[in-house]
Amino acid sequence: MALDPAGGTPGLKNRFLLFSLFAIAIFLLLLCRLWYLQVISVDRYKSLSEKNRTRYVPIAASRGPIFDRNGKLLVDNRPSFDVSIMRQDVEDRDLLLQRLATYIDADGQELRQRWEEGKRFPVYRPITVAEDVDRDTMEKVQENSVDLPGMLIGVHPARAYPYGDSAAHLFGYLGEVTERQLRDLGDEGYRAGDLVGKSGIEALLEPYLRGREGLRRLEVDVKGKELRQTQVREPVPGNRVFLTIDHELQLATEAAFGDQAGAAVALDVRTGEVLALVSRPAFNPALFARGITGPEWTELLQDARHPLQDKAIKGLYPPGSTFKIVVALAALEAGVITPSFTVDCDGSFTLGDSTFRCWKKRGHGRTDLKKALRESCDVWFYRVGLELGIDRLSEMAFELGLGHSTGIALQGEKGGLIPTRQWKQKRFNAPWYDGETVIAAIGQGYVLTTPLQLAVMTAAVANGGNVLRPQIVKRIEDWQGTIRKESSAETLNVAHLDESNLAAVRGALEAVVNEPHGTGWATHFEKITVAGKTGTSQVVRRKSDEEEEQGRDGVPYRFRDHGLFVAYAPAEDPEIAVTVVVEHGSHGGSAAAPIARAMFEKYFGLAEETSVPATPVVGD
Amino acid sequence: MFDRRLLTHFDWVLILTVCLIAAVGIFNLFSATASWPAGVTPIYIKQAYWLAIGMVIALLVCALDYRHLEYAGFFLYGLTISLLVFVLLFGKTSMGATRWIDLGPFNLQPSEVMKIVIIITLARYFSGRNHFPGYSLRDLLVPSALLGLPALLIIKQPDLGTAMLVLFIGISMALFAGVRKSALIVLAFCGTAAIWGGWFLLHDYQKERIRTFLNPERDPLGSGYHIIQSKIAVGSGGFFGKGFMQGTQSQLSFLPERHTDFAFSVFAEEWGFAGSLALLLVYLFLIIWGIYIARRASDRFGMFLALGVVAMLFWHIVINLGMVIGLLPVVGVPLPLFSYGGTSMVTTMIGVGLLLNVSMRRFIF
Repeated sequence: MALDPAGGTPGLKNRFLLFSLFAIAIFLLLLCRLWYLQVISVDRYKSLSEKNRTRYVPIAASRGPIFDRNGKLLVDNRPSFDVSIMRQDVEDRDLLLQRLATYIDADGQELRQRWEEGKRFPVYRPITVAEDVDRDTMEKVQENSVDLPGMLIGVHPARAYPYGDSAAHLFGYLGEVTERQLRDLGDEGYRAGDLVGKSGIEALLEPYLRGREGLRRLEVDVKGKELRQTQVREPVPGNRVFLTIDHELQLATEAAFGDQAGAAVALDVRTGEVLALVSRPAFNPALFARGITGPEWTELLQDARHPLQDKAIKGLYPPGSTFKIVVALAALEAGVITPSFTVDCDGSFTLGDSTFRCWKKRGHGRTDLKKALRESCDVWFYRVGLELGIDRLSEMAFELGLGHSTGIALQGEKGGLIPTRQWKQKRFNAPWYDGETVIAAIGQGYVLTTPLQLAVMTAAVANGGNVLRPQIVKRIEDWQGTIRKESSAETLNVAHLDESNLAAVRGALEAVVNEPHGTGWATHFEKITVAGKTGTSQVVRRKSDEEEEQGRDGVPYRFRDHGLFVAYAPAEDPEIAVTVVVEHGSHGGSAAAPIARAMFEKYFGLAEETSVPATPVVGD
Repeated sequence: MFDRRLLTHFDWVLILTVCLIAAVGIFNLFSATASWPAGVTPIYIKQAYWLAIGMVIALLVCALDYRHLEYAGFFLYGLTISLLVFVLLFGKTSMGATRWIDLGPFNLQPSEVMKIVIIITLARYFSGRNHFPGYSLRDLLVPSALLGLPALLIIKQPDLGTAMLVLFIGISMALFAGVRKSALIVLAFCGTAAIWGGWFLLHDYQKERIRTFLNPERDPLGSGYHIIQSKIAVGSGGFFGKGFMQGTQSQLSFLPERHTDFAFSVFAEEWGFAGSLALLLVYLFLIIWGIYIARRASDRFGMFLALGVVAMLFWHIVINLGMVIGLLPVVGVPLPLFSYGGTSMVTTMIGVGLLLNVSMRRFIF
């Protein structure tokens, strides 16, 4: 016996009938449409299907070129010739592939494989069997096209890089759109095989650079001979991108690195515009433009010096003594010290059972703020750091833009690390120890920064405390020259710095470069005044000074310290701030400062000033 | 406590109808993908695997008395809503759309889960209240909220197709529960206004699709190409079709997406109007049988549950068919049991499991 839940409600019973009738009615409607298509209009569609030889061929839009701030062309397009096959027009596959193989000097087996792979795409899409063939080959194939039915030569723009690997990380590279992107970007008109920006500016500005492809309508006869051709839509070239980079400066910096690995950043301290963004070693973006091979890719990936990584925004380094600028400012602001605060450095500092050494074994003697920064006395900073405490120290670091990403528009920027009590509790479930404050005060221990962050910090010291968002794109114009987008200075934070405190630190930073015992003497010029701070960041902590002493030049490359240098100039009215990190360069003063020198020379037009220092000061 | 009557009342008609459609679908996929390169597992084999997995899921779903779901209803709803929120905040974004939660070997798509959960939730809601002569506007506030929240979250992803389906399922169930004439008129008016206003909220690409639907020649390489080629495929099939594996449109790859959303075009080209008529009649039978199951259900919850599943199947079928024969814009809705795809198969078979469940417990109370 069935119980009838619908029975209680009048109307519900009728609704079953009503819903069934509705379903039947909709299905009848669908059937009517099918009848119309398949029975009434069958002749029309039959002939359409037989004549389905109308092909729509996209006309690639040329990708937007990239310029530097002065309009110097950095990334361009060149014609690239592809050989492809329109499957539906091929009469004898094997014969065609065999002939093609001889003309373009390729392996027949490989061509066959490309053909098989291409079969998953619709028949109207030509299968490319050889990319970027040279002009001679292209002409040879063209002359013999009568013997090669179904063969097409395509011309499309490819990226050209007139300056080789210069700024390769910044530009980024293109790659084939992935299956997943295709599913999500299908509505934007992307199709399998299209190139999209995979990193750097190419990825960031993909929608601007891409342009809009044109469309050509081709009608062909049974044998694939073109009968008629009409342009349905003109291609629209991509927008022109002007970077904030000064490419002359970029080139000079890259040259100054030589074979060394590392990164350098130059910022305009007034606007936050990035004038140079260097990461060495670099890769050759042209490899990607013509299609990188498996072995080439593996080699790049496995290179111990990480040529694919943009070290300027993704490299994390302990800031070493460059961090002392932050400690000095924090201590002055907190009122823990005055500029005349003096410590007697005897070469070591004792806290409980631990002894912390100064880099200068014999000690610096009586040391005040200016001398502590100029000669980078560790003991002075151990003392001051301990009295300041980690809370106030990290607070100043955050205020100056460290410990979080700088907000540059590039993808994958690292945020660095400024340790706090809460962070340590969460990360290690352990309280903060004073010894860790002492180590942090000389920029070692947990502290990690990117070269870009150090540049932002240096720029803030130079401009009076404004933490600026680094700008990388100056403006974007469409191909007719109309401005689509223009960047403007953006202040992220104004650090609370007392003017006299700032002046004291800036004076000391000038002394670093311009006074005889300063560690930054290598960037000393007659015509302009540079202010800066050297740093050395330890890659491995050494057991004792003895080992350090004897190991100086015998240390294997990968254990050698990183050399750092941060600076700005002119000291009186700063325009530019630079940061240089030389991986395993041992010392900031000897490895990084000369690169900064080259940058200032280029920026201020001080061509080869003769006062190259006779003896680079060894020291931290 | 296993009741022997469960076996004797097992709904063989339903399961056989489902198997029939799925088998024809697999046959059709064999033809649709015949020109694909050998080497990888063929699509039709994969679909057969999915069917087997779906069957197991359906049997699992019908093993547990559906009345337990009545109590789990709001809990499942809350859980799925949090998944949708989670997906918006942390889901896998790939340039524009955020629809998946990455679970390692596979991606979970909460919007798909919502199709089933909204059925259970609304069945629970409507079964508890018996309004006569129907729901007024005020009575509909709660179910509207229950329905509107997930729909908004899904639109936000953005996934207009799925959001629309969830809405259609919910509205069908509400109409079945009964809505007063006065409320109906007001709602119809509001609906029209909303559609008109909604146009301005659509993404550019969505507007572009609708424009392309109205005039396929606008974008003959994109979605316009789909519609043009699909209509040619269906139309050129004629009354008796071109024969199995003989469809030029599909075999020569003019027809895109022919193993997923446009699988029916392949079928219509090769089997003609006669084949299409037969397939549509089987689908219609499935729908009517589902309504019959609802009619025979032993309680109101089972009745609404079955009816919700029928609504889900019905709208999928109608929207997909309408799309491939050029009556509706291309929205990417698969044809249940016929289009290739694991997600669609699993969702459909959970629905079938619920129908079986309600059907075989019609004498138990």
